Amino acid sequence: MAVSTTTQAEKAPPVPVASWIGPVAAAWLVPGAGHFLLKKTGRGMLLFASIVLMYLFGLFMRGTMFKPEAGPDYLTSLINYGGFVSNLASGAMYLLSTMFGYNQPDLPGPVHDYGTKFLVTAGLLNVLAMVDAYEIAIGKKD
Amino acid sequence: MPTMTLSHFEAAFLFALFVSVVMSITTKKSNKERLNYGVYCFVCFIVAVFGIGWAMKLGHG
Repeated sequence: MAVSTTTQAEKAPPVPVASWIGPVAAAWLVPGAGHFLLKKTGRGMLLFASIVLMYLFGLFMRGTMFKPEAGPDYLTSLINYGGFVSNLASGAMYLLSTMFGYNQPDLPGPVHDYGTKFLVTAGLLNVLAMVDAYEIAIGKKD
Repeated sequence: MPTMTLSHFEAAFLFALFVSVVMSITTKKSNKERLNYGVYCFVCFIVAVFGIGWAMKLGHG
């Protein structure tokens, strides 16, 4: 049984990149846009609203954007680079924020801290939305 | 740019809401499953907020 499953998986034709690259790129740039392209309007609207609102709340709470820089120790470097990748995953929102000069210094306090977490989490949620758009595009999910 | 100051509970509530919505959409396949899982996630977040909050309060005396 296991052998036949493996054989079937090996025989499955590779999914052409052209079938999913558009929705995934759109999903990165604008949260939910991949779902809109794939005619999943309701889900796209919910994703858009949730991720954009989370990002905006993060901005309004003056959260900090991470920069890709090495820290004094390995953990700090990991947090900086990981946070930067998560921020970057927010797509156009991150690009516009930095383009318009958003540069909040890291201040102590729970509100700023929540803001930073909201900004990072918005990016990570957008990664989930991109993966979902990919699965819909290749037909793995409805 | 407008700024806002949310309490711990307000911020945690919004966090729970947004994450629950996205996780339910991206992990489940039918609308009924999505609704159930979203509500379940949200309730878990809120229970954790109160549970860990009380644990910290009691731990600090």
